[in-house]
Amino acid sequence: MTFDFTPFILTLKLAVATVIVLLIVAMPLVCWLFYTKSLSGPIMRAVIHLPLVLPPVVIGFYLLLFFSPSSPVGALLNSWGHIRINFTFTGLVIGSVLFNVPFMVNPILGGLEGLPLSLCEAGFMAGKGKWTTFFKILLPSVRPSVVTGCVLTVAHTIGEFGMVLMIGGKIPGVTKVASVAIYDEVESLNFAQAHVYSLLLVGVSCILIFTLFIVNKRFPGAY
Amino acid sequence: MEGLYSNIRKVVGRNEGPFRMQAELLLTSGECAAIFGPSGSGKTTLLRNVAGLESPDEGEIVFNGIPWFDSKKGIAVSPQKRRIGFVFQDYALFPTLSVAKNIAFGMPKDASRDIDLLLKTFDLQELRHRLPHTLSGGQKQRVALARACAQRPLLLLLDEPLSALDIPMRGSLQDELARIKETLGVTTILVSHDVGEIFRLADKVFKIDSGSVISSGTPHEVFHSPHDRLNLRGRLIEKRMQGVVCIATVAIGSEVSHLAMSAREGAELEPGKMITISVKAFNPQVSLEK
Repeated sequence: MTFDFTPFILTLKLAVATVIVLLIVAMPLVCWLFYTKSLSGPIMRAVIHLPLVLPPVVIGFYLLLFFSPSSPVGALLNSWGHIRINFTFTGLVIGSVLFNVPFMVNPILGGLEGLPLSLCEAGFMAGKGKWTTFFKILLPSVRPSVVTGCVLTVAHTIGEFGMVLMIGGKIPGVTKVASVAIYDEVESLNFAQAHVYSLLLVGVSCILIFTLFIVNKRFPGAY
Repeated sequence: MEGLYSNIRKVVGRNEGPFRMQAELLLTSGECAAIFGPSGSGKTTLLRNVAGLESPDEGEIVFNGIPWFDSKKGIAVSPQKRRIGFVFQDYALFPTLSVAKNIAFGMPKDASRDIDLLLKTFDLQELRHRLPHTLSGGQKQRVALARACAQRPLLLLLDEPLSALDIPMRGSLQDELARIKETLGVTTILVSHDVGEIFRLADKVFKIDSGSVISSGTPHEVFHSPHDRLNLRGRLIEKRMQGVVCIATVAIGSEVSHLAMSAREGAELEPGKMITISVKAFNPQVSLEK
């Protein structure tokens, strides 16, 4: 009996891509949210928390409509260079990034808000601006929170089902991730294959939790 | 004018209710002034306003003829552009940077010679690769001072820099601060509630309460009692009547003493409260502490 590990590998790829994109995209957002005193700060916080309360399948559904060729955005992308988002790995990454914003942003923002105010002010008094102080002092000081954000993002990505099925479908080798594959195999009464995928995901989840505990103990001096 | 002139007004919130700060400071260049006052009197707020970390509601702050803040003209220079060295009460050392990198943080990239000189001046050469969490209180204080001096500040602001240290350590670091003050000759404001520290380091004192300067002058002018009495502050632990007199047990620092007073005087005192004891001795016994 041969096992197809492609869905599991695809899940790991999606998790890594989501974390990398979020680390690039979410950090400026966290920096802005940390410093801003304007009313737009709490409004933005509410918006990025939406994925926590919205059913993932709803997010997937609206993304599907948003990027469909009949929508203005989908039509624009199509006319630019036949860029297709729906039912592609890129679409999965976009959906996963949007879905995971609160899981990455919240731990880091919580860590930053737990830092003494004087740390940030010491950066200013040393002649440095908000961005330099943020990226060189504050963010390194909350490394355990950044790791927590990454681990939570990976955990939610590998477990996501409704959103990825909606925007990605289940094209083998392209968008059929492990969670969708488990559902498929169960539906086909192929329990052995479903067990393999499930146990692999259990293993990854255990590794993630252990990583979280170990890393949090190994950052000397960090908050 | 060479030096600092600050005349600011600001409503300051605190747990016991807000108060209106209205404080005027005048320091000539190279002078070291202390801001003295009880907890919650606005000492740190005043310092933070001078630093630009907070903005006054009204008033002006001028340093060496350059306006840093002027509410009428809408001027508010950012803290980054004021060239101030600030030593925070908790030192605020960057936890993930080594001692040398903490000091170098505000310096230009080609200033490695200056870093070596600062490490030598503050006796930190041996600690240059250590992280802040591995340092003692005194070592942290020296790193914070070195970092504050790294940008060659025009003004040095010290917010109770020695308050977290024990008394022997405080004494040796006061000596070190005095030496650095002499070496650098930079205009300095020191927030302190330690009178000994103020006599040791400051040329001038601003005594403040509820945000207003209630007296200013040299440490002798501000703290000297006109009646040649020694005032001691202590906490009344308990009181009991013994015959016609009241015996009060008072803790002054780490010492506990019994005082006899009239029943009428004793009736006014409440255990747990802070009290002031005025002592007048013609020929007190004085001995050197070991």
